[in-house]
Amino acid sequence: MSILAEAMQIQAGEEVARLSKWMKNQIFHEFKRRGAVIGVSGGIDSAVSLALAVHALGKNRVVALAMPEQDSSPDSQKLAEEISEKFGVELVVNDVFPALDAMGCYDKLAASIKETFPDYDASQDKIKLVLPNNLLEKPGLNIFSLALLRPGQLEQRKILSPKAYLGIVAASNMKQRIRMLSLYYHAEKRNYAVIGTANKNEHEQGFFVKYGDGGADLQPIRHLYKSQVYQLARYLEVPQEIIQRTPTTDTYSAESTQEEFYFRVPFELLDKIWLGMEEGMTADEVAKDMGLTAEQVQRVMDDLTQKKRTTEYLRTIPLAIS
Amino acid sequence: MSKVENKIRQFLIENFVLSDQVDEMGFDESLLEKGVIDSTGVLELVFFLEEQFGIEVDTSEVLPENFDSINRLAAYVRQKQ
Repeated sequence: MSILAEAMQIQAGEEVARLSKWMKNQIFHEFKRRGAVIGVSGGIDSAVSLALAVHALGKNRVVALAMPEQDSSPDSQKLAEEISEKFGVELVVNDVFPALDAMGCYDKLAASIKETFPDYDASQDKIKLVLPNNLLEKPGLNIFSLALLRPGQLEQRKILSPKAYLGIVAASNMKQRIRMLSLYYHAEKRNYAVIGTANKNEHEQGFFVKYGDGGADLQPIRHLYKSQVYQLARYLEVPQEIIQRTPTTDTYSAESTQEEFYFRVPFELLDKIWLGMEEGMTADEVAKDMGLTAEQVQRVMDDLTQKKRTTEYLRTIPLAIS
Repeated sequence: MSKVENKIRQFLIENFVLSDQVDEMGFDESLLEKGVIDSTGVLELVFFLEEQFGIEVDTSEVLPENFDSINRLAAYVRQKQ
């Protein structure tokens, strides 16, 4: 086993015990709340966070909230049901489509998409935002394109204008923000806290919506690389179907993996390069350990640094002058 | 310095740089290290280059060697024109 593969390993049992103790203390003693609400998407992060909450607080003090909308994968709700049943918690399903529709989310989204693809037809076309392909294979800055998938045609991709990009992001971020609103409604009426499900990759690389999925009272897996979340998932006996599912954004109408939307490198490689960087290893040392070239590793290291630097605003809490 | 470099510098100053940092905006300075080129910034730059210089930018050309400084951007524009 390579040095980095070994260093990525955590003692899952000890980590679960440590996190459970911390969550219990924070929620019951510091926050004075009686339990916790978690948004469940059918993905591995929310599944692990739910399992940890049950471990820490007991199944009767945890509520899972599924919040599908028009563009959600049908699998998301099915898997949310499975995970809730598996861990014995109450599942509340709150379809957020009517609220988003009333706020004009879908109309705003369509208007911004039409700036790039004027003949966009929301009734049949599907879209997603994508970054250039695998950073290990080719260099390239993070430039977003809009991909249009029309039945019976090849996928079309166009670079977005700044206005169209910001319009699409602002409209689609309404989805995460309405979910935050719903989570706090269900938490407050029970005197519960809200548990966020961001992992280290999402938090530090800026793959979250400020005051959307980033809005929570505590984030128990925020210090863990995605690869380590998988280790906890296996220990906590999260269903295999969820562990094996490719992480998606579940935000746009076309299915989009987190790798193509944002991270640009498979998690199992990205995480080891990042760990090596944090441990002070050079690109050359990481490359030798992983069987890559130093150039490939340096490219990924530069991207990690750049994303962290340019998303600092997302992690900043409201500022005040003293 | 030629017109291309100056136009690019002026655009960057007007859109990304605070007035008290204008003097620090060197022609070879890394825009990536300065934090100018985030996901929105790179789109704004591409849009500006296409509009201003009548070129078409392909995703595969949005590379640090073409976009990381005023001089690199200007060289890229000339090569495309």
